[in-house]
Amino acid sequence: MERLPKWADVALVPLISLLLAAIIAALVILAIGQDPWEALTVMVQGSVMNAYGWGYTLYYASSFMFTGLAVTVAFHASLFNIGGEGQAQLGGLGVALACLFIPWPHWTLALLGAATAAALFGAAWAAIPAYLQARRGSHIVITTIMFNYIAAAVLIFLLVDVLRPDGQMDPATARFPEAAQLPTLNEIPGFNLIFTSNVPANVTLFIALGMAVVVWLLLWRTRLGYAIRAFGKSEAAARYAGISPFAIIMVAMLISGGLAGMMAINNVMGEAERLLQNSASGAGFIGIAVALMGRNHPVGVVLAALLFGFLFQGGAELGLWTKIPIEMRTVVQGLVILFTGALDVMVRMLLTWIFNLFRAGRAVKGAA
Amino acid sequence: MADPRYAIELKGISKSFGPVQANRDIHIAVPRGTIHGIIGENGAGKSTLMSILYGFYRADSGEIFINGKPTAIPDSQSAIRAGIGMVFQHFKLVQNFTVLENVVLGAEEGALLAGSLSRARRVLGELSREYELDVDPDAVIEDLSVGHQQRVEILKALYRQADILILDEPTGVLTPAEADHLFRILKGLRDQGKTIILITHKLREIMETTDNVSVMRRGTMVGTVRTAETSPEELAELMVGRKVLLEVEKAPALPGKVVLKIEDLRVRDEHGVERLKGINLEIRAGEILGIAGVAGNGQSELLEALGGIARATGRITMNGVELPLSGKGADGRARRAAGIAHVPEDRQALGLIMDFTAWENVAFGYHDAPEYQKNALFMDNDALRADTERKMATFDVRPPIPTLAAKNFSGGNQQKIVVAREIERNPDLLLVGQPTRGVDIGAIEFIHKQIVALRDQGKAILLVSVELDEIRSLSDRIAVMFDGQIMGLRDPETTDERELGLMMAGMTGKGEAA
Repeated sequence: MERLPKWADVALVPLISLLLAAIIAALVILAIGQDPWEALTVMVQGSVMNAYGWGYTLYYASSFMFTGLAVTVAFHASLFNIGGEGQAQLGGLGVALACLFIPWPHWTLALLGAATAAALFGAAWAAIPAYLQARRGSHIVITTIMFNYIAAAVLIFLLVDVLRPDGQMDPATARFPEAAQLPTLNEIPGFNLIFTSNVPANVTLFIALGMAVVVWLLLWRTRLGYAIRAFGKSEAAARYAGISPFAIIMVAMLISGGLAGMMAINNVMGEAERLLQNSASGAGFIGIAVALMGRNHPVGVVLAALLFGFLFQGGAELGLWTKIPIEMRTVVQGLVILFTGALDVMVRMLLTWIFNLFRAGRAVKGAA
Repeated sequence: MADPRYAIELKGISKSFGPVQANRDIHIAVPRGTIHGIIGENGAGKSTLMSILYGFYRADSGEIFINGKPTAIPDSQSAIRAGIGMVFQHFKLVQNFTVLENVVLGAEEGALLAGSLSRARRVLGELSREYELDVDPDAVIEDLSVGHQQRVEILKALYRQADILILDEPTGVLTPAEADHLFRILKGLRDQGKTIILITHKLREIMETTDNVSVMRRGTMVGTVRTAETSPEELAELMVGRKVLLEVEKAPALPGKVVLKIEDLRVRDEHGVERLKGINLEIRAGEILGIAGVAGNGQSELLEALGGIARATGRITMNGVELPLSGKGADGRARRAAGIAHVPEDRQALGLIMDFTAWENVAFGYHDAPEYQKNALFMDNDALRADTERKMATFDVRPPIPTLAAKNFSGGNQQKIVVAREIERNPDLLLVGQPTRGVDIGAIEFIHKQIVALRDQGKAILLVSVELDEIRSLSDRIAVMFDGQIMGLRDPETTDERELGLMMAGMTGKGEAA
């Protein structure tokens, strides 16, 4: 069977998958007696047609970039890190501890310190499943899922019993001090001309984009990235080349966990400004879909993160302005994940078949 | 229009996969009751042609005649109905079924097995008397030797009343004696009126066994000749399209000091079974030590233990320095640092990352070499690509495109990439496993020359190959392996195939053991 041209593989396949997801979503909306066209209009209006909408879309996208990159790095080592959610929550703990207990003189230093803490905590949370995989062969998918639950339980305990200030009702930390709060886009000179009202998107967006570049350099320009990719393609061949499986599994998972943890500087430090229960709110899982859709390439991850940011914000708008319940957002995300992730092969096969029909047609004409 | 004297006649068969024309206007006529050889380099289109005949692919154009009748073969069921049986290179047997169950599989009559099994038992008895195809019908496949498993495959085809038998590279896994037995069986089948098509790349087998031989080159049929009227040289020339040196030209070896000393080397597999049972060998500078043996007798484990892939016990000393066999420092990287380069037996599973580009593969195993680094942080991919271009030119890799993925090169060119990478490191010891497996004749000649040239530079070479001809023509000394042990060392000048064959089957033969 002939393969697809690169442009079709990279651009056409995800676009068709998206279209299919949109069609099914429209059918679902029809089935609950609502107007799909109105739904689409509201989603687009509320997420990308004005600066305020963009402020939210970009905020969500920043989180998804981190978790998507986390999945990407692990994937290149042939490791399926489903633990982004737990690692991001632990990252949040790192951010909270750094922001609450260290008197930062300025937000830039606070950002540096909090990002480091977030990465360290996320990496530490990934280290145990990584070790179990590398030494004991316990499957990383199972252990990282279990560590998501453990992370949630640990954080509930800490937020309820340890970090909650006296007299506060909800399980959360105290608000971070002023010097540990990040400037949002409407507070940054230049950007405040576009973003005139208060939006959650903050300087973390630039860190996220920077990390996409760093991940790209890491994977395709460094010895470590070379070893990670070689190991991911063939463990047997990597052994032949003298690449240590143990080292690669550990390092790839530490980087992956660190990236997932760094998400916390966006939501915990940049937006909530305190650590709440369930702080990652699903972004860790969405990272899987983002990486799948982005074909495990940083550029693809950034684009896919923007798409999911749009879906997240647009879905929220649906709940606000239409009779369509906000849960529809989950349905749409599920469909997008289903089509871009699980059914990607189906779409690709179909397209390959169609392309081959065209090719055969051309060949017959050429021969005639 | 078609001649009924021919068991198979193909007229104008063409098949393309996208832009690749695998078969172009193939005409071939196989007279009934003959053994017909089909020979050609890898990628010449032999397998495609046979797949068309067996219903795996459909030809884009052309006609198939079986016994003079035009026959459509849309799937393998139709091929079987037309009396065609196929014995694949990789057997398609259920390992934990008995011979009888395997023979009946897919040809059961009715829901209850008892009837078909007893019928099969009777037919099998007749067949084995008739054709020297003795196999215990109640033996479980996994307990049988490779040669016997192959007989089961032949029996399967005959049980389905095949009149035409296609064998794809049947001797790749056999000892010389097993191969001889196979050829006796094939000749017996022919004498009973069966038609045999033998696909191989071994000229010697063609010369010994076939009545006629068709040569394919780059998707076309370049000629069909009577075997009695041709010579290996002529066939090789037809296959490659130019004169080929079949014999390896080399001067006598000038062995120097011992480079690698192996003492009591033992390897256990993951089930705890001992695969290497105490190997003792010395390899000297400027010599090629060939390891002969049937695949699966510990040669792979020997290469993997020396290459740092498998854990082992015992002692290996490289240039007087003992190398660790397990734990820290017992990996491929440490071995390369000690001056051991390794062309692995399975280039696709070990030697290359098939999805990586050629230039990424040139760095494989050497990605931390100083000349490939731009600075402390980044690799110098430009230098690497330039180096790949150089190596591709020296080793005549085609197409010479460093950015092409390894999987898009032919087997021979993939192997050239691996050989170039390992030889250009100028190692003190080169481990080579199956250097020419799945490699076309032109590339075989080239690779052999490179190995001999390395020897002449005073390097030590350990050569493992299941091709006895290759071992005999390249080696300066031959060690025969059987069941994880060295059965003895022989001088290629004084030994012969019979003696080596006996040793490969576990008999020490004449003379001393090592």
